[in-house]
Amino acid sequence: MENKIPSLQAPFSTPASVVVPNEPPSIVARNVNVWYGEKHAIKDVSIDIYRRQVTAFIGPSGCGKSTFLRVLNRLNDIIEGCRVTGKITLDGDDIYDPRIDVVQLRARVGMVFQKPNPFPKSIYENIAYGPRIHGLTRTKKELDQLVERSLRRAALWDEVKDRLNEAGTALSGGQQQRLCIARAIAVSPDVILMDEPCSALDPIATAKIEELMDELRREYTIIIVTHSMQQAARVSQRTAFFHLGDLVEVGSTEQIFTRPQDKRTQDYITGRFG
Amino acid sequence: MADHTVKSFDEALEHLRNTLLRLGGIVENSLAEAVAALAKRDADLAAQIVQRDSEVDALCRSAEDQAVKLIALRQPVASDLRLVVGAIRVAVDLERVGDYASNIAKRTIVLAQLPALIGVGPIQRMGRIVQEMLKDTLDAFSTHDVEKAHSVWVRDEQVDEAYNAVFRNLLTYMMEDPRNITPCTHMLFIAKNIERIGDHITNVSETIRFIEIGEQVVQDRPKRDDSAFAIVEPPAGV
Repeated sequence: MENKIPSLQAPFSTPASVVVPNEPPSIVARNVNVWYGEKHAIKDVSIDIYRRQVTAFIGPSGCGKSTFLRVLNRLNDIIEGCRVTGKITLDGDDIYDPRIDVVQLRARVGMVFQKPNPFPKSIYENIAYGPRIHGLTRTKKELDQLVERSLRRAALWDEVKDRLNEAGTALSGGQQQRLCIARAIAVSPDVILMDEPCSALDPIATAKIEELMDELRREYTIIIVTHSMQQAARVSQRTAFFHLGDLVEVGSTEQIFTRPQDKRTQDYITGRFG
Repeated sequence: MADHTVKSFDEALEHLRNTLLRLGGIVENSLAEAVAALAKRDADLAAQIVQRDSEVDALCRSAEDQAVKLIALRQPVASDLRLVVGAIRVAVDLERVGDYASNIAKRTIVLAQLPALIGVGPIQRMGRIVQEMLKDTLDAFSTHDVEKAHSVWVRDEQVDEAYNAVFRNLLTYMMEDPRNITPCTHMLFIAKNIERIGDHITNVSETIRFIEIGEQVVQDRPKRDDSAFAIVEPPAGV
């Protein structure tokens, strides 16, 4: 901005500082770098992610926001030539510690993708699969209860309770996405990562997912990558702006959308990127 | 600032800014002419100012309509949002300045028909301070100059002090001779109108700060208008 910011002391308020909850962050990332071969995709990113909040990652295509999201549950491990440095802890545990079980990690850090991807199985089996392989329930009754609870939390139960044996893929797009959220919830994660969860959905289905996120954030740490700035503004409490692999600015969503501190943030969210 | 990727968004914001500047220009003229008409007892000039008020109202409505449309169609954020929200406030404040200038003109028409017993010098001086403030405010808005806006904010105190002086001065004339009451009452309202204009201009200067850097003024503005607490005893023997 070309503002002349005056050096006035007393009469004016200082900018509202970022509200940080009075508890340690769920995820702490320090000096994280990611390379895809020669390409430096994430540059020295440090950020704290808090519980019971939705944190939105925004930025233009190729800015690294999805890459950074995938770092958080080590989904980049399966990409050849991908190298990650720096330190990321989840509730104090270093997630890149060689001793850590990646399957367990991904149960703690669930993920919902852009395109709904239910298993080609029944609605019931979509939910029951995770708890079964992780051995979370002992009896059929317990499993039934877990399936019901997960579907209820994902606000899908009332729509599917009479047809649990039908194929998950037979549901509408919005229902499939909520099924995927229910599937992620079923294994009791701490964190839910959402990578453009609504970009394939119509406005009503989008509103349902957004409403659901607001419910879920009471229990989970939620991180959403979205291209819709309005969506980031609606659903998140904190917003992080990425650009060319840098974390440019992170702050309360209100602050980012009313008085961003960095010119690049300002230019991006107001639609001035050139 | 860089241009929007969507050109028409830039054009709409620019058009809104220009509407406010046009509104400000007309109001600035009305205020200057109102003070001049008062000094010259020029009823014709005063009548022209009164007629201009509908143009001011129309421009204010236009600015408000543009702002609502921008919010509905563009969902502005950050500096764009602050401009749009600020524009609504600025338009209303400037429109009020126009109303007061028009009211000064109406009273000038009445005063021009009465004998010129009492000098309007002190009111003219008040008017000059306020005119300067309005000019600087409009400059600050068009050049994004927060310091200049702040200098206006500070100056409102001078207007209040000048108003107090005029208030006391007019009371003494009224006590001297009841025939002075009619012109003095009109002059008192004129002085009050100018004082109110100063307040609205100060509002605009606060809004400029909000538009440019997103901060509200938190400190109470310097206030020196204590005429609300004045008690006057008539001279002994009256």
